[in-house]
Amino acid sequence: MVVTRRVILAFLLAAAAAWTSAHAQEKFITVASTTSTEQSGLFGFILPIFEKSTGIKVRVVALGTGQALDMARRGDADVVFVHDPAAERKFVAEGHGIGHRNVMYNDFVLIGPKSDPAKVAGGKDITAALKKIQAAQAPFVSRGDRSGTHAAELRLWKEAGIDIAKQKGAWYRETGSGMGPALNTASSMNAYLLSDRGTWLSFKNRGDLAILVEGDQRLFNQYGVMLVNPAKHPHVKKDLGQKFMDWVVSPDGQRAIAQYTVGGQQLFFPNAGK
Amino acid sequence: MRAPTSLLPLTLERVCFEAGGRRIIDDVSLTLERGARTVILGPNGAGKSVLLRLCHGLLAPTSGRIAWSARERTTGGRAQAMVFQRPVMLRRSALANVAYGLKVAGVGATERDARARAALERVGLTHLAARPARVLSGGEQQRLALARAWTLNPEVLFLDEPTANLDPGATHEIEAAIQAIHAGGTKIVMVTHNLGQARRIADEILFLHNGRIAERASAVRFFTAPGCPEAAAFLKGELLW
Amino acid sequence: METIAAALRDAGRMMLALDPALVEIVLLSLRVSLTAVLVATLVGLPLGAAIAVRRFPGRRAVVIVLNALMGLPPVVVGLVVYLLLSRSGPLGELGLLFTPGAMIIAQAILITPIIAALARQAVEDAWREYQEQLRSLGARPAQSALTLLWDTKFSLVTTVLAGFGRAAAEVGAVMIVGGNIDGVTRVMTTAIALETSKGDLPLALGLGVVLVTIVLALNAAAYLVKETAQRRYG
Repeated sequence: MVVTRRVILAFLLAAAAAWTSAHAQEKFITVASTTSTEQSGLFGFILPIFEKSTGIKVRVVALGTGQALDMARRGDADVVFVHDPAAERKFVAEGHGIGHRNVMYNDFVLIGPKSDPAKVAGGKDITAALKKIQAAQAPFVSRGDRSGTHAAELRLWKEAGIDIAKQKGAWYRETGSGMGPALNTASSMNAYLLSDRGTWLSFKNRGDLAILVEGDQRLFNQYGVMLVNPAKHPHVKKDLGQKFMDWVVSPDGQRAIAQYTVGGQQLFFPNAGK
Repeated sequence: MRAPTSLLPLTLERVCFEAGGRRIIDDVSLTLERGARTVILGPNGAGKSVLLRLCHGLLAPTSGRIAWSARERTTGGRAQAMVFQRPVMLRRSALANVAYGLKVAGVGATERDARARAALERVGLTHLAARPARVLSGGEQQRLALARAWTLNPEVLFLDEPTANLDPGATHEIEAAIQAIHAGGTKIVMVTHNLGQARRIADEILFLHNGRIAERASAVRFFTAPGCPEAAAFLKGELLW
Repeated sequence: METIAAALRDAGRMMLALDPALVEIVLLSLRVSLTAVLVATLVGLPLGAAIAVRRFPGRRAVVIVLNALMGLPPVVVGLVVYLLLSRSGPLGELGLLFTPGAMIIAQAILITPIIAALARQAVEDAWREYQEQLRSLGARPAQSALTLLWDTKFSLVTTVLAGFGRAAAEVGAVMIVGGNIDGVTRVMTTAIALETSKGDLPLALGLGVVLVTIVLALNAAAYLVKETAQRRYG
């Protein structure tokens, strides 16, 4: 039995080794990012351009911003590309990330059913709209997953003067899921929710949902990029990672971001210089 | 060193076996010698099959002692074998079934094959050597089981009602094989319900009743003048069996 | 109904066109799940057979635990493997996280109990029939276990297929340890989850149809082999 077990163990290690070596030849970095950048199709558009010019493959693991930062904190990524400025500042302050750069922005939009039971459509004031939804107890879907969008939503409730943790009722549904699944849920429930514009534009299962509130300054959604601190995690590919960061804020990278459109609409607006 | 050392006689000393709170074998002391064909008779529930399994080592006695005269050899296959009422065939060819016991004993492939083929020949199954054992008829399977036992050249062969499920023709073939195995020097210990078969095969009879040996006698004596009333009743068909 | 019709159209189109992206995903799925099944079989079958033929203290507890582990939640397995393989974890040095190797490990852990528990059951049933004969012939437990595995091989095909089905259909564990990286660790199930997230339900369902078709084809083939073999060997 001992012999059998050893044979099996050897086999396991050999199989694992075979798998890793198959990819070890390749130059690649791992980027912890958010579902919004992946699912909106942005990475699918800009990464081939980067890979072609540098020969560096970019492996994107798409999670919520909170999870992406956790993953980087454990050292499982080389670069973080997320959208929650407050959390990013904290991440850098704690020494987990270095070389933070702003890359681009898009905006959040308030999505809701065309029937609009809370009568929020057309306005530009997001906090006024949230107050109306709360007053009407209209169904509202929250990501509830510590993502950048979730963080923005919580900030907006606060700015509307609503303590959502205390005042949430059956109308407030925390799904604990990514942007796409949350949109699917809202679509089937005819609920309101906050979404980033990019994911919304590339989302196909809209049902009766439409954009009801947009254009408020407070719906601004900033994306940033930073390197996982090699001082904490020596295996971090700092040269390759730095090359990627340099590229996304370079004129080439910024142009690529600006060129990405869905249905003729630009999704992300480069603002690295600002 | 005396060679080869014989397993026999087999000695049972005050052997008891209990299962489920019931005493199935009750204080049996017994010596089985070389040579004679011993047939165990007795009504249903007398403990015949259990006694056979105790002797063969498939069951351990609750109390008492079972001892062979020599340690069983550890190479070349076991020196004792058993054929069961319902033969258990492995999912492989007839030949491979016969060779299995030798394989377990670590006999090399060439010798194994030769010995298994010889055993198949002796039970008249050579033409079925390559056939899957489990699709053979009941009689063929039982002959195969005999060949599997035979190929080990056992000193003792235990048989537990080997023909209970077979028709007269198949029964005859099995009996012929048993006689041939005995002629080759193997001690036969057999349980049967078939009195005719007992008459044809037995040199001596062990009559078991309620887990005890009620009578032990030569076959001639037993069938002509049974020594205890239970045996007499059994022979007259008055005891259920 | 429209969605389902569109999904079937999508599935048919993708399979007929042998869309390269789809082929890559399908091949990776098969490589990962088949390797996991191989590993789990090499561990699970001997383990199940050993438990079936051996009597030891605590055996019943082992059987119960093994049966319970068949219901291991994939997400929990994924999480544990993730924490083990994470750079901050004990096996972080191997750099296996977010590779197919990590996915194989997670799936193997997930299905080894299934294969072991089902094999234990099949072998134990056969053991009941064979026990006296094998012991009579002098087979030791290890030899008996091997013989029984060989003799129950047709039922074990079903066991291994059950393991494969579970591995191929599993999404929670491979999502966590593989990261669903395009072209590296994206398999059928994680692709389905992704397309569902994007609200492209027809494409997601289409991929699902492809997955089910592949699992179905494998099962059908194995069933036919088993059927023919069983008829021939009894």
